[in-house]
Amino acid sequence: MGEVMLSVEGLGVTFRRGGDTVRAVRDVSFTVDRGESFGIVGESGSGKSTVLRAICGLSPTSAGVIAMGGQTLSAPRSAAFYRQVQMVFQDPYASLHPRHTVDRVLSEPLAIHGFDRREDRIEQALADVGLGEGFRFRYPHQLSGGQRQRVAIARALILEPRVLLLDEPTSALDASIQAEVLNLLDRLRAERGLTYLMVSHDLAVVSHMCERLIVMQHGRAVEQLSRDALAAHRAETDYTRSLLAASEGYSPAPV
Amino acid sequence: MTALLTVDDLRVTFPTRHGPSEVVRGVTFSLGRERLGIVGESGSGKSQTGRAILGLTPPPGRATAKVLDFDGIDLRAATPATWRSLRGARMSMVMQDPKFSLNPVMTVGRQLVEAVKFGDTGSRAEARDRALAMLEAVQIRDPERVFRAYPHELSGGMGQRAMIAMMLVTEPDLLIADEPTSALDVTVQVEVLRILDRLVADRGMGLIFISHDLRLVSSFCDRVLVMYAGRVVEELKASELRQAQHPYTRGLMNCLPQIEGGRRPLPTLERDAAWAK
Repeated sequence: MGEVMLSVEGLGVTFRRGGDTVRAVRDVSFTVDRGESFGIVGESGSGKSTVLRAICGLSPTSAGVIAMGGQTLSAPRSAAFYRQVQMVFQDPYASLHPRHTVDRVLSEPLAIHGFDRREDRIEQALADVGLGEGFRFRYPHQLSGGQRQRVAIARALILEPRVLLLDEPTSALDASIQAEVLNLLDRLRAERGLTYLMVSHDLAVVSHMCERLIVMQHGRAVEQLSRDALAAHRAETDYTRSLLAASEGYSPAPV
Repeated sequence: MTALLTVDDLRVTFPTRHGPSEVVRGVTFSLGRERLGIVGESGSGKSQTGRAILGLTPPPGRATAKVLDFDGIDLRAATPATWRSLRGARMSMVMQDPKFSLNPVMTVGRQLVEAVKFGDTGSRAEARDRALAMLEAVQIRDPERVFRAYPHELSGGMGQRAMIAMMLVTEPDLLIADEPTSALDVTVQVEVLRILDRLVADRGMGLIFISHDLRLVSSFCDRVLVMYAGRVVEELKASELRQAQHPYTRGLMNCLPQIEGGRRPLPTLERDAAWAK
């Protein structure tokens, strides 16, 4: 395979509150190659989103090393890091500021990172995600869920990053809109050679989008497998097999 | 099979600046002790249908129907006292989002005990035991911790399970589940559905399962209503969903990604203005 873009080695994240200690992520390791799309699948509370947040510097890491392009990341992350790595969150209803127009949402990262030609970049970013000029001065409440998620993707892409961290980008969307957003993400990756790290609970979505994936349970990575292995239902652990069985739909007898 | 619930020509209207807007337009069905699925995308009126049955159409919206009958009770003329005796005890609803339907300043345990004690005269300790048993029944690994926790301390899936526990603890006759498992993982989803399935089979509960997930509904429910723009565009047996005739139903089926993969780009849904007529 190609050059390693992102590597995570022995990552651990522990949260403490009161007497409760939650070890959200324990000893998770994987590498993502340049231009690859890598998936993390798991149930809620398995730590899959926390891995993404730890990479972004949004969660404290208690163990392990995260490196990008061979360089260990500093904490807090540098501005240069955020130009290369951007995140798209799960819920487009919560991740866009309700009182900022699309224009303001898109200009803020440009201002923070000192980009030039802001007008052109905003127009281009909107066109790239399939929204016309007419959407530029709207507020989030004037957009549908699919349109909001397109704005969130445009906001991530406007800094021309090389890596996108996608945290359940379509789970809040209708099936037909999900298909459109997945097609959009597919096209953008092909056009720009982006690297994706995608978290989802939906095996079918991850299998559609990602070449390789890890399955997480209780904070640990229990299995790594390729898309082909997943498609052929060649899972090695019971947990992955139960995920596969469950995603086929409802079955009355215990699996 | 005698009908538990009969709905004829249900309409829900909201006044807007441009005149009244009808979001549910003439929905008719009857429900026995079975699992009925209502499928549609956001804005299709499926949730408003569920809410109208419970008399929960948010004002200034208005729900009207030719017949709205629950086990011999005419719900159109129900007084607030009648509603109080029905809601929670005999018909209840699992909402879509636990973040908005649980009380943020009460622990999950207190809310559950409150639901148990509603219409039940047992002691506090009994109520607590029943609440804990119900939490365990919805596959919460650490019921004691969840019992003590506030809703914000739980993940979405946990919160939804707590919510389902709360609605099932009174053992209602009719459960309207509005996207009850959308926030859950596939393995938990199956567990929760088995709990619902058991209640339908053992206790003869009627279940209206509102969902956007065709694949899930077709494998879980007995019958499916497909809604588009406030109307039922197709009604079919769940097992015959693959032979669906309406282009909307077929489009919804096709745009789902498959684990087996292959189709790229995914087919998207081309909407036809005539469907909404």
